[in-house]
Amino acid sequence: MLKRLISNNDLLAMKRACEEKLKSDKVRVYVCMTGCRALGAEEVYGEFQQQVKMQGLEDRVEVVETGCQGLCARAPVMTIDPPGIFYGRVTVDIVPEIISSTILKGEVINKLCYAEAGKKIPHVKDIPFYNKQQKLILRNCGVIDPNNVEHYIANNGYEGLAKALFNLQPEEIIKEIENSGLRGRGGGGFPTGTKWGFVRQAKSDIKYVVCNADEGDPGAFMDRAILEGDPHSVVEGMITAAFAMGANKGFVYVRAEYPIAIDHLECAINQARQLNLLGDNILGSGFNFDLEIKKGAGAFVCGEETALIASIEGKRGMPRPRPPFPAISGLWKKPTNINNVETFANVPLIMQHGSDWYKQFGTKNGAGTKIFALAGNVKNTGLVEVPMGTTLREIVFDIGGGIPGRRQFKAAQMGGPSGGCVPTEHLDLPIDYESVKEVGAIMGSGGLIVMDEKTSMVEIARYFMEFVQEESCGKCGPCRIGTKRMLEVLTRLVGGNGCKGDVEALTEMAHVTKNASLCGLGQTAPNPVLSTIRFFLKEFEELIP
Amino acid sequence: MEGKESSKEIDISRVRGIVSKFTDRDDPNLISVLQNTQDEYGYLPKPVLKEISNLMDIPLTRIFGVITFYSQFALEPRGKHAVKVCSGTACHVKGAEDVKQKLRDELQVREGGTTADYQFTLETVACIGTCFLAPVMMIDERYYGKLTAEKTSEIVGTYTNK
Ligand SMILES: Cc1cc2nc3c(=O)[nH]c(=O)nc-3n(C[C@H](O)[C@H](O)[C@H](O)COP(=O)(O)O)c2cc1C
Ligand code: FES
Repeated sequence: MLKRLISNNDLLAMKRACEEKLKSDKVRVYVCMTGCRALGAEEVYGEFQQQVKMQGLEDRVEVVETGCQGLCARAPVMTIDPPGIFYGRVTVDIVPEIISSTILKGEVINKLCYAEAGKKIPHVKDIPFYNKQQKLILRNCGVIDPNNVEHYIANNGYEGLAKALFNLQPEEIIKEIENSGLRGRGGGGFPTGTKWGFVRQAKSDIKYVVCNADEGDPGAFMDRAILEGDPHSVVEGMITAAFAMGANKGFVYVRAEYPIAIDHLECAINQARQLNLLGDNILGSGFNFDLEIKKGAGAFVCGEETALIASIEGKRGMPRPRPPFPAISGLWKKPTNINNVETFANVPLIMQHGSDWYKQFGTKNGAGTKIFALAGNVKNTGLVEVPMGTTLREIVFDIGGGIPGRRQFKAAQMGGPSGGCVPTEHLDLPIDYESVKEVGAIMGSGGLIVMDEKTSMVEIARYFMEFVQEESCGKCGPCRIGTKRMLEVLTRLVGGNGCKGDVEALTEMAHVTKNASLCGLGQTAPNPVLSTIRFFLKEFEELIP
Repeated sequence: MEGKESSKEIDISRVRGIVSKFTDRDDPNLISVLQNTQDEYGYLPKPVLKEISNLMDIPLTRIFGVITFYSQFALEPRGKHAVKVCSGTACHVKGAEDVKQKLRDELQVREGGTTADYQFTLETVACIGTCFLAPVMMIDERYYGKLTAEKTSEIVGTYTNK
């Protein structure tokens, strides 16, 4: 049982105690126990623990389970610190050798090292994938044990919250967030401070704060990684938001396909309750707030905020027209603030360091950093955090290591089924909200799928149309019928039965669906098609006799 | 989780406990009740739904409306293990179709189907957030990455006798 904290001083004392406790001369072995579980991380972790015990090394070696370390392509991964060596594709069999050679003698095992152009790079600090990133939101991810709140607190956890509770008025918090330039990371990019201001001003004795962890875009895993690797940062962001807006109850809507994320978040919420960081009279400030997890039941449209609200209320997750916006009438018709996981995870940093500090990262229109989920035909698939305004080329080639198998880059799909593809000629585009829109895609929530020359772009357009057609909730006609008809044309094209006029028909239907649909799903569903027509018209023409 | 119960032996009393756990609160949430009921029975048997309808005073039609809206709910008994194969973009680009085909062949069912021995139900999901190891699948709550047709059948094999 953790000791209740009843003042800011208690928190400070706990931080000092945690720092002291974590200080040690031991070699730490950080093993990713989240994403890497898909390739046997649990067995590797278990073997390390057992070997350390068997060889009586407990006072020299500590095995720490962590969240995502980013370079997922090399799963299962681990870092040994000191000396800061990164190993990938670790197997149970090689664990004894890692202990005897690397941990005890400092010798590098070459075959486990990351390599670039045939050269082995053992140290994290020398690997371009790592040293070209700017980890603010992911600062703890892969470095701390996400299920141990002492790790979070030793790393300045809940300091931002304490500052908000004791040094700032709610209005001042909102000003700080506004001034920071933080915009929603869920895809829409709406200014977060402005949204909080609406909820703050709404008159009601009951208000809600909701975290959108539905992460429905295929190809996206940023939110999963944050929740699994540093869940307290989201909890802290939500408490701060609730205090600023005067809300006393919050929900996190997590998709059911994320069992590890749900597990770690549950653990974090329980610890926060024990520490009096959730519940009544948080840290002795007089503020009350509690959090509950709602598991999604499997429907993509529930990521849309009004559908999400209906789903939390236990109903069919159908979107409704806005206004009224949730800030005025949301959950059970009360003012409700909805933000994405990554958006909330930005808040503790802004509170702690101030909005001016935060603004030094990123661009004029997009402050801060953005996490991208790099997947598809790229060497270093994984989790990448860079300042806004970083170019696609830097992400795909410098950090991502380029395209495997001597193939050529063709396009990057951004923004999932609401987005579009960015072709080679725009590789030097600095990525932020506006710039990506200008080329017909959207930055979206951060899913970035790299396609090589072998990929048929028409087939990808068909794939997305099939996805949205299946996920269309059927409430409004333009989306229900429009996606169906476009899918028919695209299926015909891919099947070798293209007709004259198909491209024109697709374009027309796309515009109607875009303009007449009720919610964001239908309004953005034609984007992948339009974007493919714009950049890869030739591929369509080849399919039309 | 046991999915084999025929409607004769369904024990309705178990759902009463679930419903009462939720109706005591200020938010008697239908979805949470259904999720817990499905965890308990393995699927949502009709007599149980009628009982929920009575206890919560919600028309059965509305309950069906909610159930059919969400992909997670099943009205038919399901296999002991849920095999969820990803058909998200990253997996699609990396050859998820081969994995799906292998699963269909191996289990002798199509997507949504349950094997005759009620060991497996095959489902497709659009992304399970493990795109970095595409193509991937989940069996129950366990993720499996970098699949090939061979690896897939090996993994399924380890479950056949569990
Ligand atoms: C069809 C559809 C699906 C969406 N899915 C998600 C999602 O999975 N996660 C998310 O954070 N936002 C999603 N959104 C955006 C939300 O409606 C909402 O704008 C967002 O959660 C607000 O948070 P933010 O301002 O912090 O970005 C979706 C929108 C639409 C139209
Ligand atoms: S696309 Fe398959 S896990 Fe994301």
